[in-house]
Amino acid sequence: MTGSILFEAIVFLLGAIICVSIAKRLGLSSVLGYLLAGVLIGPYVLGFIGNEGEDILHFAEFGVVMMLFLIGLEIEPKNFWKMRKTIVGMGGIQVAGTMLLSYFLFILFDFDWKVALTFSMAVALSSTAIALQTIKEKGLLNTNFGASSFSILLFQDIVVIFMLGALPLLVNTDIPAEESHSEHANLLQNLPLGLQTLAILGSVVTIIITGRYLIVPLLRKVAKTGVRELLIAAALLIVFSISFLMELVGLSPALGAFLGGVVLSNSEFKHELESTLEPFKNLLLGLFFMAVGASINFIVIAKSPLTVGGILVAVIVLKALVLFITGSFFKLKLNQKLLLTFSLAQIGEFAFVLLSFAFSLNILEQDQLDIMLVVTALTMTVTPIIGIINERLLLPRLGTRESIKRPMDHIARSQKVILVGFGHFGSTIGRFLRTHGVEATILDHDSNRVDFLRKMGFEVYYGDATRMDLLESAGISEANILICAMDNPEVIKQLAKTVKSKYPKVKLMVRARDRYAAYEFLNLEIDHIYRESLETSLKLASEVLSQMGFRRYTLQRQIQNFIKYDEDSIRRLAKEKIGDENYIFKARKELEQQEKLLEQDFKRGVVEFDTHWDGEQIRTALEENQN
Amino acid sequence: MKNILVLFSHPKFEKSRANSILADKIKDKVGVTFHDLYECYPDFHIDVDAEKALVESHDIIIFHHPFYWYSCPPLMKQWIDMVLEFGWAYGPSGNALLEKKWLNVITTGGSKAMYCENGINCYAINDFLRPFQQTANLCGMRYLPPFAVMGTHKIEDEKLHTYADQYDKLIDLLMDDVVVAEVSTISFLNDIPQLNT
Repeated sequence: MTGSILFEAIVFLLGAIICVSIAKRLGLSSVLGYLLAGVLIGPYVLGFIGNEGEDILHFAEFGVVMMLFLIGLEIEPKNFWKMRKTIVGMGGIQVAGTMLLSYFLFILFDFDWKVALTFSMAVALSSTAIALQTIKEKGLLNTNFGASSFSILLFQDIVVIFMLGALPLLVNTDIPAEESHSEHANLLQNLPLGLQTLAILGSVVTIIITGRYLIVPLLRKVAKTGVRELLIAAALLIVFSISFLMELVGLSPALGAFLGGVVLSNSEFKHELESTLEPFKNLLLGLFFMAVGASINFIVIAKSPLTVGGILVAVIVLKALVLFITGSFFKLKLNQKLLLTFSLAQIGEFAFVLLSFAFSLNILEQDQLDIMLVVTALTMTVTPIIGIINERLLLPRLGTRESIKRPMDHIARSQKVILVGFGHFGSTIGRFLRTHGVEATILDHDSNRVDFLRKMGFEVYYGDATRMDLLESAGISEANILICAMDNPEVIKQLAKTVKSKYPKVKLMVRARDRYAAYEFLNLEIDHIYRESLETSLKLASEVLSQMGFRRYTLQRQIQNFIKYDEDSIRRLAKEKIGDENYIFKARKELEQQEKLLEQDFKRGVVEFDTHWDGEQIRTALEENQN
Repeated sequence: MKNILVLFSHPKFEKSRANSILADKIKDKVGVTFHDLYECYPDFHIDVDAEKALVESHDIIIFHHPFYWYSCPPLMKQWIDMVLEFGWAYGPSGNALLEKKWLNVITTGGSKAMYCENGINCYAINDFLRPFQQTANLCGMRYLPPFAVMGTHKIEDEKLHTYADQYDKLIDLLMDDVVVAEVSTISFLNDIPQLNT
């Protein structure tokens, strides 16, 4: 019955659809639905999918691979640097604390020290896939708890590299290599131990270098063709080949993908890649969770229920304890701390990788591996349930609400503005917003310009903004304002229509080329229309700022200031030689001009210039006089 | 119950500590229309018809503004120039404002001691406010003594909150049409007994 791939696919999909719908209806997270679906269709309950649990897991790991690639994409090195204290601090305390405690725990359970050490490494890791999926589903990524979880998970994902590198050093050298019961051969196996560790670190470096100097230029070439499928193909190619390479050297493909993501996160293709892979990721991740459910080996549980149960409870309690203490160190509020405690208390998917690797290195024996795999899968199933109990019973009693009132300056930052199109019209808007300290997220389909703007420090993404998925990854769901500054009214119309129907709360502000375009927009019930010129682009920008709490009269004065200063600078720049030979030269010249303007904007600080009617000056002068 | 129109005018409201505290206290009260002129007409293009309709539908008009160079900010002067038209506000058939009350609520940087015969400004606040008083008279309105918060350059927040409470109470009194003290015997509405118990 299980011979046909099609049949298995149907079982998987049907199981997912039924169980996840039920889970969602009951208000549970989708992860739990997938896990239960896996248990049901697995070999020990309904037996739809055979004893090939391991093979299923292997294929399903692709979901995790994509997830880690996408997580990697989200970590721009500069953000990483900003968060370094929490990442290393929280992650370090969590990993070190968990490893130490669980090491002694396993020694207590009478395991060999090497086994105990391997186990404790596995236990220190939490499931990025489960935790992040749940956090995202609840929209908690921007809370204290979300950031803390993210930091800890990130640290774990990085530490895994070193754990995998360290494992070969634990090998029992007295057992000859031929007896190794490794299933898949890899290039590293015959190398001496020290070199294996070196090779693992070396491959990490390789990924970083190829990512920067090979993949990004390649993507630029592909993007220039303008064929969308090619970018999807390129994205998949990147993920597949990194995974393949990592497997070749016997490392976790997920790790490789994570690194690849980090490397590409700094490129302008970040959002495009994100939105392309997102749909694949979620489904494959679901498949992964199902495979985890299916691989819960009930025979092992039946054989030694006490050991499995004992380790399971001990591990969860121990991890929860360490997480709670970590949260206390970083002064999280009680409710945030509890969320953290329960959402990361499971053992993660990397444990599968780590344990299998250790098994192939002969560090673990078959029954030790089996027990830990079952425990891992069980913790993944149990912790979401504990999380629900925490959320339904514990938190309502302890919940502290965040205060809503914020000072004026923060209004601007808490609102997200997306600006589509950074040509003549859009760039003026972008500049005016920036002089007021407001950074819009910019989308543009000119990869040259995107490149240049990134250099100027803007958050810019390359891509076709009429694609909903791209807009979504640029954060349209959290955005307050969407500015359509492209020059083609047809494109704006199409974009406006979809955004209006899908995100009615987002305020649309559109550029109209002429009155005919304006008519059309009005008929689409778009109220904020700006017929194009320097003045209207500034008017649009000031409207955006007014929405954020800036005073209209102040903005009116700023517009006048800006226009005057822009006219001055045009006069100055006009004196410089402008080439007229060919288009590319002209375009480059234009970018140079923009660069100059943006620099001047910054130097001059138009906002600070306007100090009339400012009582503050008099007050400080008076105070100085007194002292 | 009388309803109240607060014509608020401040070119740099976001930087004004005193006026933020005062305005925050009263702008959301039932029966009060808080009309922020600089926010509505950043380009000084006043919609005269809309303004007239607004004034007509209220019984008491409060001119709330900082006191700049012995007068109101420019947009408020423009408002007076444009909205109080001949034939509507004054003149033979200009009776739209008859019997409505006019009140200036002002903040001044200098203290009361600076606004007197021996002070740096030589005259009292009420002397400087004569043009407003006479404008009200010409329109047949009842001019009330000003409510003034003075010395804002040096005043502490706590004191400002006390003023805001007074402002709040004053608006309640005006709404209930409690007859305030005789115009001729009092310089500031701040001094009426109801606000100082």
